[in-house]
Amino acid sequence: MELAVNIVLLSLLVTTAAALVLVRGLLASIMLTSIYGLLSASFFVIMDAVDVAFTEAAVGAGVSPLLLLLSVAVIGRHEARNAGARPLFAVLLVGITGALLIVGTLDMPAFGRADAPAHLHVAPRYLLLSGEETGIPNVVTSVLASYRAYDTLGEVIVIFTAGVAVILILASGTHRGSARPHSAPVDTKDPHTILQVVSKTMIPFMLLFAFYVQFHGDYGPGGGFQAGVIFASGIILYGLLYGLPAICRVIRPPVVELCSALGVLVYGVTGILSMLQGRPFLDYSVLADDPIRAQQIGIMVIELGVGITVASVLIVIYYAFANQFETNGN
Amino acid sequence: MDILSHFNYWVVVVLMMLGFFIVIARGNLIKKLIGLNIFQTSVFIFYISTGKVIGGSAPVLSSDIQLYSNPLPHVLILTAIVVGIATTSVGLALVLRIYRAYGSIEQDEILEQSRQ
Amino acid sequence: MISHLAVLPVLLPLVGAPACVVLRRPGAAWAFACGVAFLAFVAASHLLVQTRELGVISYALGGWAAPWGIEYRIDLLNALVLVLVSAMGMTVLLASRASVRGEVDPSRHSLFYVAYLLCLAGLLGIVATGDAFNLFVFLEISSLATYALVACGRDRRALIAAFNYLIMGTIGATFILIGIGFLYMTTGTLNMLDLAVRLPQLGESQTVFAAYAFIVVGVCLKLALFPLHLWLPGTYTQAPSIVTAFLAATATKVALYVLVRFSFSVFHLETSRLALSLEAIFITLGVVAAFAGSLVAIYATDLKRGLAWSSIAQVGYMAISVGIGTAAGLQAGLIHLFNHALMKGALFLAVAAYVLRVGGTTFRELRGIGQRMPLTTAAFVVGGLSLIGIPGTAGFISKWYLVMAAMESERWLLAFLVVASSLLTAVYIWRFIEVAYLEKPESGKASPQKPAGMLLTCTLLLALANLYFGFDTRLPVSTSAGAAANLLGARTP
Repeated sequence: MELAVNIVLLSLLVTTAAALVLVRGLLASIMLTSIYGLLSASFFVIMDAVDVAFTEAAVGAGVSPLLLLLSVAVIGRHEARNAGARPLFAVLLVGITGALLIVGTLDMPAFGRADAPAHLHVAPRYLLLSGEETGIPNVVTSVLASYRAYDTLGEVIVIFTAGVAVILILASGTHRGSARPHSAPVDTKDPHTILQVVSKTMIPFMLLFAFYVQFHGDYGPGGGFQAGVIFASGIILYGLLYGLPAICRVIRPPVVELCSALGVLVYGVTGILSMLQGRPFLDYSVLADDPIRAQQIGIMVIELGVGITVASVLIVIYYAFANQFETNGN
Repeated sequence: MDILSHFNYWVVVVLMMLGFFIVIARGNLIKKLIGLNIFQTSVFIFYISTGKVIGGSAPVLSSDIQLYSNPLPHVLILTAIVVGIATTSVGLALVLRIYRAYGSIEQDEILEQSRQ
Repeated sequence: MISHLAVLPVLLPLVGAPACVVLRRPGAAWAFACGVAFLAFVAASHLLVQTRELGVISYALGGWAAPWGIEYRIDLLNALVLVLVSAMGMTVLLASRASVRGEVDPSRHSLFYVAYLLCLAGLLGIVATGDAFNLFVFLEISSLATYALVACGRDRRALIAAFNYLIMGTIGATFILIGIGFLYMTTGTLNMLDLAVRLPQLGESQTVFAAYAFIVVGVCLKLALFPLHLWLPGTYTQAPSIVTAFLAATATKVALYVLVRFSFSVFHLETSRLALSLEAIFITLGVVAAFAGSLVAIYATDLKRGLAWSSIAQVGYMAISVGIGTAAGLQAGLIHLFNHALMKGALFLAVAAYVLRVGGTTFRELRGIGQRMPLTTAAFVVGGLSLIGIPGTAGFISKWYLVMAAMESERWLLAFLVVASSLLTAVYIWRFIEVAYLEKPESGKASPQKPAGMLLTCTLLLALANLYFGFDTRLPVSTSAGAAANLLGARTP
């Protein structure tokens, strides 16, 4: 049964990707991308990666299509037919890379074998001991937020960097020799009364759900990143329906920018606390007398930092993109 | 060698290459980013496939489960997904600025303007 | 109490960057960033002293022992690169204020410094880490920050350069990610030392071969080794001058470090069945890069673009040294890594000063610049002589060790080619000297901008460093000798 689902999902993925190669037009491409995201999320569920599936559904079928759509709303959905086509070169390069990859797979251990080297060396410790060492049932959370917490700090910095980069790039300022772009034919003054009423009742629940996901990550799929995405989605939904000025009045852009830095600082300072007491960076054992309690406090605090930064950066990015739309699109 | 034992990997290679092809062969900058997205997501699929243990279950500890799938690839890919969306958003921000500066996001039209 | 020295050079800019967001005034952000970079440099220098005395320093992040946790593992090699990157990062940052004010949109100055710190933190993190996946994460931090910094350039072509770099950089990073995945699959570990121990036990595996191939291609994209150099000329030409100086002095050096680290510490290239063919590939590509880069540089009509192509040529020399693969060869590569950072730092800072004064970098605009900016041009000439490899400059030491390494392994033709390509360098440096001193300036178009004291001071400082390390070679030579011996020598931890 599992195998059948596996094969079906993989075939659908190939079909979607192939359709993306063939299709012209950006709107169709964005739809296919989000289908691809959703299919891969389903595939991750079959592969037992529930946390990853949750995240991929939020990112691959949520945030990334949203950003793509906002861009297309500014630019227009047209894709030129033969623009920059270098098919022969591309086929050659892709062929070589693919062949090398296939060669690489030949000596790989068979799919799904429990005695594959990947499952025998580092991972068993996480499965056997993380319950005792951190007191958290979700092994993905304990590895993410404790054993490899430094990677996760890096991840938060990546998101923070993206926020800084987007503001830097989109901040007002024109380049020498800029051409006046043609305005895209989009009408924003369309009243969405029904949507507004429905969403007004939905948004509080979304925000509430975000808090649930934030603090439930220890026991099931979830955690700071997913919570941040959901929280930001609620805010963005409000912005999409009531317009950028309305949402900016509620949550002012400079405040969100500061919050994006605040989340990183919460994470970093937690690590520095350990250093001040003579333990390595991000060693949570200094946070409480009981080692398991200490781990749980540490994980909760850094997940909070992740959530704050992710939510604020996504809102910052949305503001920057929507602002382009308001100034260029009309 | 059993064909089925490596079937997943080969399909994933095909997915990666389709994404990679879009990045190189298409001249529309947004389409390039979409291709990049597919390419990266396919690499994620590969990683997650390597973590699967047949008969195992999701790595949330419980006393009545004996066999779990490998949690480490999941952790790595959670980070990688975030890196991917960060790259996409920076790329799109650049595309928006390029459109404002050139009035186009087609590679050859931009190149033509740059040469002038 | 344990020593936190290993983590400080990375941690300071990493936490300093978000703290810098609070500072809304550009001057304050700049001063804060300079302070952070200075402290990182001090920490890195102490770290180098400690590794020279005590040997390898390991730091278990989060208190979890490797390979379960992430480890920082500092030996002579990465301590040297940490010092170099933090020193160059600090110097360029100190010099940056006037140039940023002149070239970057005023609304963005304070965030510019945040991005700069993030880029610095990313580069230092790549060098310090002993974990393959952690390396990927920090690579992406530095890359994302770089794309934003490049896009701050004045001309709209900066946006195209940044976008192209983003596409190629992400392909490179994804290749590295594939390689790391293959390695994890075959060994079950991500720790580099652990990988080095476990990989030989696998014998000949196609998967390991593919892993190495993908990592090398990904890193060479970042390194801009011919023919994967396509992003570099546009990026270096269009980025703000300060960013170009920073990238030229640090980013390619870090990429070379990663190449050496993976090739010798993780994969034991020297004992591999593939060693011979890879040697040939690196040497051939390196020689082609050295000639092609220099030839294009000779025909460039823009100084910044010419120097960008010269960087491609210089990366060629580093690839040659990796290809030679002996202790002497690696040592030559590391010495050149060190010295080339000093050269390009001095040259591109001088370029930043030119942009500030005359508004551009075409040879037409730079006519007679030698009389108008005597000190800056003198510093440029010193950097240029060092680039050629004139005795008395740091560049001579690099070339000397490279030629000796080639001759020691009986590659006479290669030694000859290295010397011959240096003559091409002399041609394009001479072309600039001719323009700067022998041609009359275009009348009237002097901008009233005040001379930037810090910029000039830092340029002169780097020029002097080029002279100093031409005489006193102890630091790079002894450290790189130790580092090369470590790379090839004792395998066991």
